[in-house]
Amino acid sequence: MTGAKVTASGWGWRHAGRSQPAVSGLDLDIQPGERVLVLGPSGAGKSTLMHALAGVLGDDEDGDETGELRVDGQRPSRARGRVGLVLQDPDSQVVLARIGDDVAFGCENLAVPRAEIWPRVRRALAEVGLDLPLRHPTSALSGGQKQRLALAGVLAMQPGLVLLDEPTANLDPEGVVEVRDAVLRSVRASGATLIVIEHRVAVWQHLVDRVIVLDPAGGVLADGPTDSVLSTEGERLAAAGVWIPRFPPARPDRRPVVAAAAEILLHTEDLAVGRVPFARKRAAVVADGLNLDVRAGRATTISGPNGTGKSTLALTLAGLLAPAGGRLAADDALAAGLGAAPHRWRSRDLLERIGTVFQDPEHQFLAGTVHAELAIGPRALGLSPAEQTERVDSLLHRLRLDHLADANPFTLSGGEKRRLSVATVLATRPRLLVLDEPTFGQDSRTWAELVRLLAELLDAGTAVVAVTHDADFVSTLADVRLVLEAGPGTTTDRRVPGGTVAVPARPAGGRAG
Amino acid sequence: MSVLTPDIRPSAIATVNPVAKLAVALLISCALMLSIDWVSAAVALLLEGMLLAWCGLNARQFWLRTAPVWIAAPFAMLTTVLYGEDSGAVLFSAGIVSISDGSVALGLAIGLRVLAIGIPGIVLLATTDPTDLADGLAQVVRLPARFVLGALAGLRLVGMFIDDWQSLSLARRARGVGDGGGLRGWARRFAGLAFALLVLSVRRGSKLATAMEARGFGSDEPRTWARPSVFGLRDGLVVLLGVGIAAAAITAAVLAGTWRFVLA
Repeated sequence: MTGAKVTASGWGWRHAGRSQPAVSGLDLDIQPGERVLVLGPSGAGKSTLMHALAGVLGDDEDGDETGELRVDGQRPSRARGRVGLVLQDPDSQVVLARIGDDVAFGCENLAVPRAEIWPRVRRALAEVGLDLPLRHPTSALSGGQKQRLALAGVLAMQPGLVLLDEPTANLDPEGVVEVRDAVLRSVRASGATLIVIEHRVAVWQHLVDRVIVLDPAGGVLADGPTDSVLSTEGERLAAAGVWIPRFPPARPDRRPVVAAAAEILLHTEDLAVGRVPFARKRAAVVADGLNLDVRAGRATTISGPNGTGKSTLALTLAGLLAPAGGRLAADDALAAGLGAAPHRWRSRDLLERIGTVFQDPEHQFLAGTVHAELAIGPRALGLSPAEQTERVDSLLHRLRLDHLADANPFTLSGGEKRRLSVATVLATRPRLLVLDEPTFGQDSRTWAELVRLLAELLDAGTAVVAVTHDADFVSTLADVRLVLEAGPGTTTDRRVPGGTVAVPARPAGGRAG
Repeated sequence: MSVLTPDIRPSAIATVNPVAKLAVALLISCALMLSIDWVSAAVALLLEGMLLAWCGLNARQFWLRTAPVWIAAPFAMLTTVLYGEDSGAVLFSAGIVSISDGSVALGLAIGLRVLAIGIPGIVLLATTDPTDLADGLAQVVRLPARFVLGALAGLRLVGMFIDDWQSLSLARRARGVGDGGGLRGWARRFAGLAFALLVLSVRRGSKLATAMEARGFGSDEPRTWARPSVFGLRDGLVVLLGVGIAAAAITAAVLAGTWRFVLA
């Protein structure tokens, strides 16, 4: 098997119903076996190019094509089996219920003889390092494992061109390394041409030998060996939101908080958290022995491997899930006249007390326009129309969403959706902000804005609890770090930012840090 | 274990081609739909009961899984006895409730029917991996691959409904619109949640369709099947067994004089 050759001459694509083309005037020449990283600000048409190369962009009804795009001299839709595509979302790429069947799926579609399919499946699973029985259920895989499964499904088709569309954006740090290493092993073994899109350059920098930067105005902005493109274009790319190691996003300074000013909003004693499984009565505990104080003006980060109950803890602290054991109490400063158990508060009472930003912004969108979305909270609070308008307008402006006020929230880009989901919560000015993976999959520009906004809120006295895998986020904002570990009990780690007094969590699970 | 990857205990029935099991369930259902009388249903139920020993379900699993039909059957029977069409001697009457010889016989016939039709269906589900059923439908019955595999992949999304529903309702509580308004408020929220779930599923479904297309699915070219679905002599015998049960039920009812052809 050999790598595929990719050429584009004056190629462009305009999605049906859009006035501007997503890609235009693109000229490319990628040789067999080359490993290419495609960069560009969001909206430069990177994903459109990948879908086109994979032959899944659709036909005349779905958009207008100009120029020529060829894989091995053929139209991509005719080069079936020569091209394999791995997408960003791990959950929407699993086709079948068992891993062996899922990897075999592509081979079956290419009419590979049955006797040849199973050896290919075993080889592909070995290449991506998924050492599990063929009958293992795909629903039991982690995000990183699902992405490696998707890669194995592509490798089993023995394509000449492997396309990866932000394959690690939704993964935790271990998952990122797993997938990156699997890609490295497999393209080395097969000699396939590789094209990757990724915001986080550091992940792929040493694996690719060429970087192509797409220009949102059309065509190519820069094209050449990795190091030279990153040094000439690095600063401009960083400003456009690409994560370039040499140009990290700006980090805000935290104003030191006087210890006495930090009143306790929530505290837990030997808290156990868990969800109640479908059709059961008792919660299945995922973490226990949790002791911590949540204080005004302080950021607490919760990290640890997948499956240790980080999100469940956050939802419990947010008053959305009932504690599975132990005690969670809101102090008077937060409860303001209500009982001490936040999960018993009415939905409307949460608004000015605890705001929650969910991992998937789409879960929390309720309205048809960005403006209406932001007005929901203030209206539920019963604010006057004038005050509603004032709050909505100031948030639109502050989070750079003015020009999107009439857009449908579901049509926004990833970064815009994240900013909107944070803005909807800020509209009711809660005293405590709970965020689940706020920086997942975000470009460096959105990251910097988000971190600056949170730092301002903290300085103004809002408490922040954030579940995060993001080491930069933790080192920039965390006053208290909680690290959940697999198995019973947890450990905590204190941090003493310059000039402030550390507020450690109380000893937890007999293993306090 | 989940709906798509059930733990199926090794048993004689588990190794039968799912298509044969489906055929048996359909044959018995059709035969019992033709008449409403207690003899045909009782005979079918009796013969099915004798086969249950080979289904590989232990007593606990059997009762747990068939619980819905054991609950549904007496209810169907009771309502027919109380409100069904009367004939023969009236045994009891008060307002619209009346019990007669005819309604008792009809109730018995319907209750037994629910069991005789429900139990083979449940045993079929409990001993069949959905992937094997899809393989059988595509390779043995020759249904279009696009339809069968599309449905199978879609079934996986259904498994995510429960998690999505929970996330969506928690998010609504966090947004301040999770309670209040009494029954009308509850109904409005339920409708809103259902719609949000639909939107989410359609979006996920279209992403899945793209991923499947990228792996060569959906073209008109022929495809191969990694898992052979073989319909052998034993599977044929199982179908004959189903024919036998259906024939025995009908014959017994005709001989006993209880056969009442519904279309007559």
